[in-house]
Amino acid sequence: MSMLHLTYQVPGDDFTRAGEASSDVKHKLKKLGYDPDAIRRVAIAMYEGEINMVIHAGGGEAIVDIDPDRVEIRLEDQGPGIADVEQAMQAGWSTAPDNVRTLGFGAGMGLPNMKKYTDEMTVDSQVGVGTTVFMKVFPGKKE
Amino acid sequence: MQIKEMAERCGWKLLCGKAGEEREAEGCYIGDLLSWVMSRAGENNVWLTVMGNINAIAVAALTEVSAIVLTESASLDEEAKNRAETQGIPVYSCEENTYDTAVKVYEMLK
Repeated sequence: MSMLHLTYQVPGDDFTRAGEASSDVKHKLKKLGYDPDAIRRVAIAMYEGEINMVIHAGGGEAIVDIDPDRVEIRLEDQGPGIADVEQAMQAGWSTAPDNVRTLGFGAGMGLPNMKKYTDEMTVDSQVGVGTTVFMKVFPGKKE
Repeated sequence: MQIKEMAERCGWKLLCGKAGEEREAEGCYIGDLLSWVMSRAGENNVWLTVMGNINAIAVAALTEVSAIVLTESASLDEEAKNRAETQGIPVYSCEENTYDTAVKVYEMLK
């Protein structure tokens, strides 16, 4: 059991609400007196993940477990899945539609940013079934 | 320097987020690609952009920049405005382009 277990529904196709979960986690970590660098890394990785779920998967669920020595984030969706995860992990590779690009996203930086800012990340995806991204951030590591 | 003083001296117009105007402005970041800005803008930076949508406000909150300056009179969406107001993130507007604005910011921070 983690110290704090949080679950969020990320709505699909609603850019106005994307970021609510990451913002809430950020505030909670701040209240807990978490290391600021770790808070920033968690918030960035989680916001990118939320945006991905909004753009590609019609929403999903974010499950966050907070402990003094780690934050674990699980992002689950029942979207179309990623055919080639390795390709999707490359910076600049994107399948986002043009309307998303005009919003300032869709540059193919989501997954690479998530990888960059977390200490561990796994992507488990099946075409037609969905995607689960599991990330861990350890305060005091990286940067 | 407080962002409020910088805004006054540069002639920027406050669109919303008055509650945050006492924040310190330290450094400047320029960019419109939100994923890029999100991972690189620093706390208390003045962020110059043309991106006035709700996601830009989320990025500003996340990175804890001191303010957003919409250059070349770029528009601010209504919902973005409301969100920035609620979160106390100052959003300014100016007519100059991003380069000219950055030069002014540089002079202020020198």
